[in-house]
Amino acid sequence: MTADVLVSSLADGRAPRRAPALARTLVRQAPGVFFLVFLAIIVIGPMLSVVLWAFAETWWYPALVPNTWGLKYWGETLARADIRSALPLSIGLAAAVTALSAAICLPAAYAFARLRFPFRQPLLLSFLATNAFPRFGLYVSIAVVFFKLDLVGTLQGVALIQLVNTLLLMIWIPTSAFQGVDRALEEAALDVGASRLRVFIQITLPMVLPALSAALLLTFVSTFYEAQGALIIGIPRVVTMPVLMYSIINSQVIVQYGAVISLILWLPSFVLLGLVQRFVRGGTMAAGFGV
Amino acid sequence: MSTLELIGLTKRFSGRPVVNDVSLSVADGEFVCILGPSGCGKSTTLRMIGGFEEATQGDVRIDGASVLDLPPNRRPTAMVFQKYTLWPHMRVAENIAFGLGLRGLPRTEIEREVKQSLALVGLSGYDRRYPAQLSGGEQQRVALARALVLKPKLLLLDEPFSNLDALLRVRLREELHAIQRRIQITAVFVTHDQEEALSLADRIAVMNAGRLEQLDTPDQIYARPRTLFVADFIGQMNLLPATLEDGRLRLGRHVLPAPERLPGNMPLTVAVRPEDLAVVAPNRETDPGTLWQARIDQAIDLGHYRKILAFAPGLFVDAQAAGTVRLKIYAPKHFNAREGDPLWLRPDRYLVYPGGMAPIEIRQPLVAADHSASAIVM
Repeated sequence: MTADVLVSSLADGRAPRRAPALARTLVRQAPGVFFLVFLAIIVIGPMLSVVLWAFAETWWYPALVPNTWGLKYWGETLARADIRSALPLSIGLAAAVTALSAAICLPAAYAFARLRFPFRQPLLLSFLATNAFPRFGLYVSIAVVFFKLDLVGTLQGVALIQLVNTLLLMIWIPTSAFQGVDRALEEAALDVGASRLRVFIQITLPMVLPALSAALLLTFVSTFYEAQGALIIGIPRVVTMPVLMYSIINSQVIVQYGAVISLILWLPSFVLLGLVQRFVRGGTMAAGFGV
Repeated sequence: MSTLELIGLTKRFSGRPVVNDVSLSVADGEFVCILGPSGCGKSTTLRMIGGFEEATQGDVRIDGASVLDLPPNRRPTAMVFQKYTLWPHMRVAENIAFGLGLRGLPRTEIEREVKQSLALVGLSGYDRRYPAQLSGGEQQRVALARALVLKPKLLLLDEPFSNLDALLRVRLREELHAIQRRIQITAVFVTHDQEEALSLADRIAVMNAGRLEQLDTPDQIYARPRTLFVADFIGQMNLLPATLEDGRLRLGRHVLPAPERLPGNMPLTVAVRPEDLAVVAPNRETDPGTLWQARIDQAIDLGHYRKILAFAPGLFVDAQAAGTVRLKIYAPKHFNAREGDPLWLRPDRYLVYPGGMAPIEIRQPLVAADHSASAIVM
């Protein structure tokens, strides 16, 4: 009966007059629910498939789930010497690049947000440049320079090239976050007796922390996954996880290797997301992006 | 002993003076309002006292000692800002305790002080809330508590209520008044709202274009505005151009008694408050030249009285002014005024401003004034 009312009212374009509350809610929420399901399918679907593959020993075509489950490929993957050295290298590299990027970019972002200096706007826009053009060409030309500087194949070289990638995110997000802190709030703290340093630590920083943790998280994760720069500058001596994954997938077409490595690659992001969630209460992470 | 002294205080932004040679002193326990239109430099003056702007010239002294070299965190002042400035990540109690904590007070004492100051602003029991859970009025009360808890020598308030709606603004103003009288704190309050200034202040400093126009009690500011700007800015005022002629003031076709010792050859302005314009019945025995004839253009009902706007072309030589300048008159509520009705007015009290000099007040000998409606309607 409710369906009839709904259909008839939808057909003549009027709101259902006596439809029960549940039906009305459903109609109102339908686009949202539909979108959510759609999102779940395209986001969670592939992830689920990867997870299943990682624990599948055999999985033949018509079967909906793997035929035999097992940890065989985990054992094989983790036993590989190259992975054992690449994983800590990648984590360490990503952490170092993130820390370095924070050390450079956060003071810069504070300056962009708080100071008026010549060419401020063009400078701020210039960070877009590294992301506005195809990176591969950029990397190749940088590689030429690095080669002369003996940086090719070194950890420092890879760290430098990955640092370039992080600049945009680590400057833009914190700049907008610092700009979002009303100066009057800082003045009020100064007024009750806090020194400038204390104002920054106890007033400004806590207010931008959600945005800063978002920026740090994104920087770490994108650096951890970064493959192009590491590939061009790092090989043959510096082999990070994503670079290794390329070569493993290229040499042996075994889906399970890829799946297991993918899961290993996801691990740091999940752990970090869990950590960051403590600072980031509902919606403030989005606020960090200026949403 | 004056708590605050400003001596020739000047602020220039890229050469342009925003605050120009302002000198004033505020006595211990006194409440001074700096009043002026937006952009007159009143906020900049306050921010220089608080240390948020550097003075270009002049001095700010608190208890006799210059504080110009001290940053805001070391000045004995506390500010309540126009914007809501509670720190959103701290609870109400933490907001108030922040300054006390910096002074290294013991925990129990901080708690006691926080409780006391919350009680003072009528917000006992709000200590666990976050600023986002408070209304605008409550936030400004907490901001006041946060400033008062530090027992500053000087409380600075920068239009603290101007973001609130009208009713709340009046209520908070009254509360602030009561608190200030109770704790006898010296305060400087910046506002563009003359009603606020007139009702709060012991003395009002009227500023215009960076200059201090007048510093006086609310009474005096209203009764004897020292400059034409103040005359025009405070309350309602009829400003009429006049010339000196045979020892009398001439306004268009009309004449008025002139003060003695008036310097000649100077543009004069006669200023009459609406309440000093008596509406009278014409009497053939009185000099017809002394009564002003006017025609009602608009009668506005303002509750307990009526404001009447009327043209009085006889007062002006300039034809354009005669057709555009309207006299402001107050009439009792029962006064029967219709658009186009004629009116006769007698200025009982007026101020004469010679050029840029202080005004001279003149009271006309009171003739039996008749304000009854029947006498006026012809």
